[in-house]
Amino acid sequence: MTLAEILASLFPGGHAVAVTDGLVSGDGPFEGGRLRVIGIDGDTPLGVEGALDLAGHVLDAVRAGDRAPILVAVDSDSQRMSRRDELLGLNECLAHLAKALLLADRHGHPTVGLLYGHSAAGAFIATALATRVLAALPGAAPSVMDLPSVARVTKLPLETLQEMAHSTPVFAPGLDNMLAMGAVHAVLDPDTALGPQIRDLIAALPERDERDRLGRERGGRPVAQAVAEVVAGQVRGG
Amino acid sequence: MESLTFRHTTTKPLPGTKPQAITGVVASGNLEILLERVLPPDAVEVAIETPIAGYGPVWEAVVADFVARAQPGGVRISINDGGARPDTVSLRLLQGARLMEA
Amino acid sequence: MAGPSAGPDRDRLSWYEASARQRLDALLDPGSFTEALGPEERRMSPHLPLFDLPRAFDDGIVVGTGTLDGRPVYVAAQEGRFMGGAFGEVHGGKLVGLLRAAVEGRPAAVLLLLDTGGVRLQEANAGETAIAEAMRAITEVRAAGVPVVGLIGGRAGCFGGGGLIAGTCSRLAVSEGGRISVSGPEVIETNKGAEEFDSKDRALVWRTMGGKHRRLIGGADAFCDDTIASFRAAALSLIADAPAFDLDTLMAEQARLRERIERFGECRDGTEIWARLGVNDPDAVPSLDTRAFDETVARIGEAAHDAR
Repeated sequence: MTLAEILASLFPGGHAVAVTDGLVSGDGPFEGGRLRVIGIDGDTPLGVEGALDLAGHVLDAVRAGDRAPILVAVDSDSQRMSRRDELLGLNECLAHLAKALLLADRHGHPTVGLLYGHSAAGAFIATALATRVLAALPGAAPSVMDLPSVARVTKLPLETLQEMAHSTPVFAPGLDNMLAMGAVHAVLDPDTALGPQIRDLIAALPERDERDRLGRERGGRPVAQAVAEVVAGQVRGG
Repeated sequence: MESLTFRHTTTKPLPGTKPQAITGVVASGNLEILLERVLPPDAVEVAIETPIAGYGPVWEAVVADFVARAQPGGVRISINDGGARPDTVSLRLLQGARLMEA
Repeated sequence: MAGPSAGPDRDRLSWYEASARQRLDALLDPGSFTEALGPEERRMSPHLPLFDLPRAFDDGIVVGTGTLDGRPVYVAAQEGRFMGGAFGEVHGGKLVGLLRAAVEGRPAAVLLLLDTGGVRLQEANAGETAIAEAMRAITEVRAAGVPVVGLIGGRAGCFGGGGLIAGTCSRLAVSEGGRISVSGPEVIETNKGAEEFDSKDRALVWRTMGGKHRRLIGGADAFCDDTIASFRAAALSLIADAPAFDLDTLMAEQARLRERIERFGECRDGTEIWARLGVNDPDAVPSLDTRAFDETVARIGEAAHDAR
């Protein structure tokens, strides 16, 4: 689905969500209140300015104190890879955006990610992965690392990696693999209205971070949850 | 990866009471060695995981030399190798034994 | 376990050269460290054998508890020499478990000895997800009133998702060798070409993402000599002065970062930024010793803030 189609499905009565230079912001009527929307469209890389613009919208929402849900719609590139962005502290700006979303969550704003295109690396962590629950639409294409890069570093032939990707979801790009990690909670149905599907996600928001549990149940991260629990138990016990 | 295990008997236990020690890092040309005082006092076992296949006889010689010199009875030694040269392996094994004696 | 026990040698140990275990051993009060999920439990990566790669008994991160100047702290130390200190499934799970325990355990602080290239390629999806989990957990720890202090000065620097974790901490201490960024020099060069970033130009790397640059623009809160004693002193002072995780802090950070981009957005090089900050002789900054550098920092307003 395109962003326009998503917004039309979410807000059949119209909305005030705009896209400027690939950055999405605005809101629309939702369940008797408002649904705030921020995001990245058109496979746009996320740089220092974009991260601060989006964080500004999120902090405005927290200041408004209305506890309106925040949808983070993502079709992005990775972080913008440039000398200038790093010189200006891209790590601080991306972390700031993630912290803003995590703060909004603490202040009672349900945060829902919606991955409808590409996303990767730092841009993915700062946006979709900083929400309480992350949904995706069929065709979404998250890629932490692209296979040619993996092939270059591991010195394994691309064909070998493609073959290995059939047996493990742990390294290769793709929505199914991020589902198996527990990073993506659910895939929505593009053929029915999105509003009720988002509403249901909000109604069933997990109390705590359950991505490692999902990763274990789905087989993508067989040991992460057990490792975290053993460490937490030993630390608290000792 | 190649797995190798060598077992020896010693004439005496490794001195000291430290139950466990670890030294080294798994990195190119380096290795990590975990020592655990869990075996009968005259037994020693060295288990190696190495990414460089075909060096069994070299490992065997390095381990035999170490056992003869250190007499590390009672200790199970586990090695994760990152492609270390034999002299590095010897050095680390002796370091590990000293840590257990401390 | 492997390090020297006490005394001046221990204090002078180079942070850059030391292993993760040596850093913890010398940073914490002597004998106070208790490791969780230690190497004897052999909780190694289930994925590296697929790639025929050697594993480490601790998967490249040492976590546990100890005391710093008598006060209880939780600690995690990445081993930058094992797979570049990168996040895999077990490695990430250990950090996440430690952080989650801190929400209830309420130690005096959590110290993160970051030394990482980011996600481990062979376990990229698990590593990326773990980084997101760790960032959420860090904000929960901070919101519980426990400072999370990052200490950065290792071989692997602090790159990729590690840079985002650094930006989530309450406070950061960094040494000359501690580079902090999202895209590393090689990543930028590979993707955008050597004219965008010549990764072999070490001086350029330090001026763009090195410890001194980060400290001058407020991207880190303390600059350390490359000794464990220096990091220990910095950790103690930063724990005592950590910002809360709340709306005021993030509003202040928003304003701070916006102002930075407005003031320095046109600058092509670290030296131009330092000149605009009011540093008298920007070209001399890389060669300043820690004391002279700290005196320079003290005259720069941007370096001191509660906005992280």
